[in-house]
Amino acid sequence: MYSDKVMEHFNNPRNVGEIENPDAVGEVGNPVCGDIMKLFLKIEDNIITDIKFKTFGCGAAVATSSMVTELAQGKDLESALEITNETVAEALDGLPSQKMHCSNLAAEALQEAIEDYRSAGDDTEESENQKGQETKKTVEAK
Amino acid sequence: MDEKSIYFDHAATTPVAPEVKEEMDPYFDKYFGNPSSLYSLAMDSSRAVTRAREKVADFLGADNEREIIFTSGGTESDNLAVKGTAMALKDKGKHIITSEIEHHAVLHTCQYLEDNLDFEVTYLPVDDEGFVDPQDLKKAIRPDTVLITIMMANNEIGTIQPIAKLGQIAHSNDIIFHTDAVQSVAKVPVDVDDLNVDLLSLSAHKFNGPKGIGALYVRQGTKLLPQMQGGAQEKKRRAGTENVPGIVGLRAALELNEKKERQEDIQRIIYLRDKIINKIEDNIDASILNGPRGDKRLPGNVNFCFRYIEGESMLLNLDMKGIAASSGSACTSGSLEPSHVLLALGRSHEVAHGSLRVSLNHSNTEKEVDYFLEELPKIVDKLRDMSPLYEG
Ligand SMILES: Cc1ncc(COP(=O)(O)O)c(C=O)c1O
Repeated sequence: MYSDKVMEHFNNPRNVGEIENPDAVGEVGNPVCGDIMKLFLKIEDNIITDIKFKTFGCGAAVATSSMVTELAQGKDLESALEITNETVAEALDGLPSQKMHCSNLAAEALQEAIEDYRSAGDDTEESENQKGQETKKTVEAK
Repeated sequence: MDEKSIYFDHAATTPVAPEVKEEMDPYFDKYFGNPSSLYSLAMDSSRAVTRAREKVADFLGADNEREIIFTSGGTESDNLAVKGTAMALKDKGKHIITSEIEHHAVLHTCQYLEDNLDFEVTYLPVDDEGFVDPQDLKKAIRPDTVLITIMMANNEIGTIQPIAKLGQIAHSNDIIFHTDAVQSVAKVPVDVDDLNVDLLSLSAHKFNGPKGIGALYVRQGTKLLPQMQGGAQEKKRRAGTENVPGIVGLRAALELNEKKERQEDIQRIIYLRDKIINKIEDNIDASILNGPRGDKRLPGNVNFCFRYIEGESMLLNLDMKGIAASSGSACTSGSLEPSHVLLALGRSHEVAHGSLRVSLNHSNTEKEVDYFLEELPKIVDKLRDMSPLYEG
């Protein structure tokens, strides 16, 4: 059912975990439909310097999460925003058609994280210098 | 042991046993005649069909082999039973009672009758172990109820319903009673008189017979409108040239399952089932058993929900370890909804997505079970580490 690339990412997912004091967090999906993805980003000078994920979901959900972290790592925010669900699916050599909609949400999680990082930009910059755990702003999407 | 191929999905289907295959073999080419023809070649085929019909009748405790209709399997038997009786009795009433946890072969057939032929259907709820309450059935009966259809054993969670009791309620109200016994035949005793049923579905591929062959028991005197129009086969109740090799295979599979060793081996399957259930409960936290314990549960059925993780991911991981199992998650059902059976038990969507079913049969060994019990906790841990719902 899945491409070798999907299975490879599913078996050895890249960048699993959480980032302490992330600069942005994006979360999409819900437990009702069976897929939840949470992305954690570290952003410095407009560049994604670190990215990690946690995912509850099927093989496609895990593989797309893993792939999006690879694609976004090191990118500036503008380029990262150009990553779409289709880009992710293509990078995985395709997904079964029934998975395209339900389990291919990783790029949306990335976009949510970046947009919310930007809309909360002012606060984040203020705390940027303080580096304290409490003062660091976490942006969480709905 | 070949760790690369452990088959734990016998509720989905089983391999054709070698002795069954051997008995079927000559009916593909040597005795290929059409049972309806007159020459002696056809006699071999028609004799084989008659012998099989007698065997099925005998196995089910039916009075007469005329009460057996061969079909293409469980789905067709369920369709014929439900549509056939509903349509035959539609002038008497248009109300059907079933349960929320039926196989789709019954559930979607009932929905079809609702959507297209103006029937009304009551879907009885089940308790948290999957049992229909006989009191609920009594209360649901109306003057226009013409059919009650409740499965004998559930394919996902293994719950064995109190069919004899439910059938008695149906009969004391003069209502036709059908049961889908596809998962029960050859696993637990199935006798149409003990069970008080008028119609009973079975399917050969669930007990080491071939796919695409099944039967419907129809108690003498039960009105049934044929659902397949054509020739006069099966006493005009199911048109179409008989699947002779399949019918022979069904007969041979029943005979195989009647053997004493095989009957006795069911105790071993129950032991393996309970070992899996107990070890999982001991070793994996936040695991929830679906279905009952003990003799109200199918011998080979194990079904758990593991919180915080999703079923398909579990299956893919098990597959990498050479273990074939199944799940009721949305991803494996081909829809966006997790199993309707688990939801009917009261499981939340999130929990229902994390289900795993293991179904054992005679070919499974304790070694296989032990290997599975060794690998499963590692898989659950790995997926939980990855899950945003799990707080270590
Ligand atoms: C309870 C039940 N009913 C009906 C069916 C359908 O049987 P078949 O696959 O022979 O059409 C199955 C098996 O999938 C089943 O488990």
